[in-house]
Amino acid sequence: MQRVNQLHPVAEDFEPAFYKDLHTDLMFLNMGPSHPASHGTLRTFVALDGETIMAAVLEIGYLHRGFEKTAEHRTYDQVIPYTDRLNYVSALMNNVGFAKAVEGLLGVTVPDRCIFLRVIISELMRIVDHLVCQGANLVDIGALTNFWYLFNQREKLYDILDKLTGARLTNSFTRIGGLARDAYEGFEDDVLNVLKDFEAAVLDVTRLVKKNRIFQNRTVGIGVISAEDAISYGFTGPCLRASGVPYDLRAVHPYYYYDQFDFEIPVGENGDVYDRFMVRFEEIHQSIRIIRQALKMLPGGPVNSDDKRVSLPPKDQTYVHIEGLINHFKHIYEGVKVPAGEFYDATEAANGELGFYIVSDDSGKPYRVRCRPPCFTIFSAFPDMVEGGLIADAISTLGSINIIAGELER
Amino acid sequence: MEMIEQLFVMLKQAALALPQALLPAELYARYEGMLSLVIGISAILVFAPATMLFLTWMERKVVARMQKRYGPNRVGKFGALQPFADGIKMFMKEDIIPKAVDPLLHSLAPMVILIPAVMIFAVMPFGKDMILVDLNIAILFIMSISSIETIAILMAGWSSRNAYSLISSLRAAAQVISYEIPLGFSMVAVLMMAGSMSTLDIVLAQQGGWFVLTPWGFLGFLIFFLSGAAEVNRTPFDVPEAESELVAGFHTEYSGMKFGLFYMAEFLGAFAIAAFSITFFFGGWLDPFEPLLGFAILPSWLWFMLKTYVLVFVFFWFRGTLPRLRVDLLLNFAWKYLLPMALLNIPIAALWFYLPAGPIRWVAGWAIGGSLIFGMHQLLTYHRVKKLYGRYERPSRPVVTESVPLKS
Repeated sequence: MQRVNQLHPVAEDFEPAFYKDLHTDLMFLNMGPSHPASHGTLRTFVALDGETIMAAVLEIGYLHRGFEKTAEHRTYDQVIPYTDRLNYVSALMNNVGFAKAVEGLLGVTVPDRCIFLRVIISELMRIVDHLVCQGANLVDIGALTNFWYLFNQREKLYDILDKLTGARLTNSFTRIGGLARDAYEGFEDDVLNVLKDFEAAVLDVTRLVKKNRIFQNRTVGIGVISAEDAISYGFTGPCLRASGVPYDLRAVHPYYYYDQFDFEIPVGENGDVYDRFMVRFEEIHQSIRIIRQALKMLPGGPVNSDDKRVSLPPKDQTYVHIEGLINHFKHIYEGVKVPAGEFYDATEAANGELGFYIVSDDSGKPYRVRCRPPCFTIFSAFPDMVEGGLIADAISTLGSINIIAGELER
Repeated sequence: MEMIEQLFVMLKQAALALPQALLPAELYARYEGMLSLVIGISAILVFAPATMLFLTWMERKVVARMQKRYGPNRVGKFGALQPFADGIKMFMKEDIIPKAVDPLLHSLAPMVILIPAVMIFAVMPFGKDMILVDLNIAILFIMSISSIETIAILMAGWSSRNAYSLISSLRAAAQVISYEIPLGFSMVAVLMMAGSMSTLDIVLAQQGGWFVLTPWGFLGFLIFFLSGAAEVNRTPFDVPEAESELVAGFHTEYSGMKFGLFYMAEFLGAFAIAAFSITFFFGGWLDPFEPLLGFAILPSWLWFMLKTYVLVFVFFWFRGTLPRLRVDLLLNFAWKYLLPMALLNIPIAALWFYLPAGPIRWVAGWAIGGSLIFGMHQLLTYHRVKKLYGRYERPSRPVVTESVPLKS
């Protein structure tokens, strides 16, 4: 009680005398860190009056792995596998985001084929992230079946990623200045096939839930956050757009030829759970549109930059010429030499703006890396969204803001 | 046919033959009733766990099919031995009694929930001449026995000393108390028309036509079935054990066979609700084609099982389709919708009773009853529809706009 009183001014309104007369008191409940609906290890300490949440206090840090500190002791290419573990549902987007930030600091231009492949895999991962978020959120609401409808399709994409990157979940596919390898033969057809499955799955699920009275009762007007509040909390991504703010880095600060693609930014009205659902479903459709265009435009050529500072020399150089061998050795042992400076670059990840702030001291290892996870700011608004609601509302709200603990706590 | 029809009755006679041969006639005559009861009870005690085993397997298979997956398919053909494997697992597991719990209540609760779930089978007419006791107050018996479940859930939730269990048990108590009322009222119409509370008489009263075909029977069946689903915590009314909200609800702190008993009680409850829906509204064990053909196609007990499993399948269907209700919406549904509808059902039944038998009753009854039901439905949902449609009137997809940069 003291704790809630200290931490939360809402606790002042509890009218203690009233509870005294009734011989009742608030009940305190730890939701998490180990709870079926806490996606990852999140702890929400709630004060309950019956089932109504009077106050909620968040505590994070149960999955803190020290990503930023670890990155200071690794070469830039070695940091990429660590970025996989940020938002592990869409690992490739983190790879792309980090590689893009380092390339920006280096001033390296990557070949067009690499950019288009990065766009394609990023959008594929955005779809997967949304599928996972929707599936898990629907399970939290109690609609179990949708989970399989969505996750089965995700498995098909993971088979493709398996062939493309060699890993299913933690792909580590990008390198500074390019990609680990080029797309395999038949990649385009595989992706086009899986896109059809995604469309079918989304259609199945929207038909099952969109007009369902129970679903609407559980989501409409629940976990509302206004556009002003969302902006002041620092929301980005689908949660901000669901509140009615058409802010998307892909359109506002286009990178990677996003201004060349024909796509739209879905925007919600009320900023409730229902809107977040629908914005995500619509974003899946828009991502599918982008991927189809990108596949059509996909140019040939190399996927790695020909800049000797960032790319490994070709194998014939490495094995035959001493310059190539030294270049390879220095690259592997000392890493990509990044000129001293500070740089912030952000991409539109599935949850919102995923930014990397890199300080370099002209060595092969970053002096400081700061990751700006989209979840962090969104999760800070969680108490505001759930206070006054019921436990069940808190669960559906938590699912809809798509907190990934790996990204939240880094 | 007659032989298969009377198979179980004959088995019972055969079982009785042994004491008849051994005991003196006088003694046998004195204890015959008791012996036949003991045999019947043993049959039910075999039948109930067997049903539960089959239902767990069936639920997993049916729901798996709806969810595009296989379900159990490793233990035995089609995973048919899976329930036995699960049962063995349950028995082998350590029975943990946490330190903080009230050990007496904690251990008692699983028994208190299971015993009424099995007791309710006593008045279930499984087939012709196949009822353990033909109580003349069977409906009251069902009502009273099924409400004991609440006490067990409260015991489990309170004794666990776990916040989730406590919330869950309070939810369960609120839910069962609320849904008991429409459940009871929906049976009143049946009782009025059959003129008896005995389940056997109710089945026999439907020889002229199933009650579900009449307006009051139709409405009564819907109310009974939905309230029953809520009473036994089936999806979408499973708020007491909403696993994403309350971990495992009132049985969070249970393990091993005690947990298994809760599980068993839930499945037996679902089966009982389906079976009594059949008994009250779908003619019980009556063969629907017998009046037309003049002979029975299937034995009565098989008809009973067939019809029951169709309704059990509907329960599983619910589970594969619907999201879970929130607890306040759940109680609203009981008090603001089901209860008025159940009250309306009684005058409709009375009207049906006083209409002259024959085609005119069917036409006039359905016309008046149907319009009353429809009107009441409109009246009860008008407010909600008006209030909600204002809010729900939104584009099927969110507004897609050209993105504009924010003012800095």
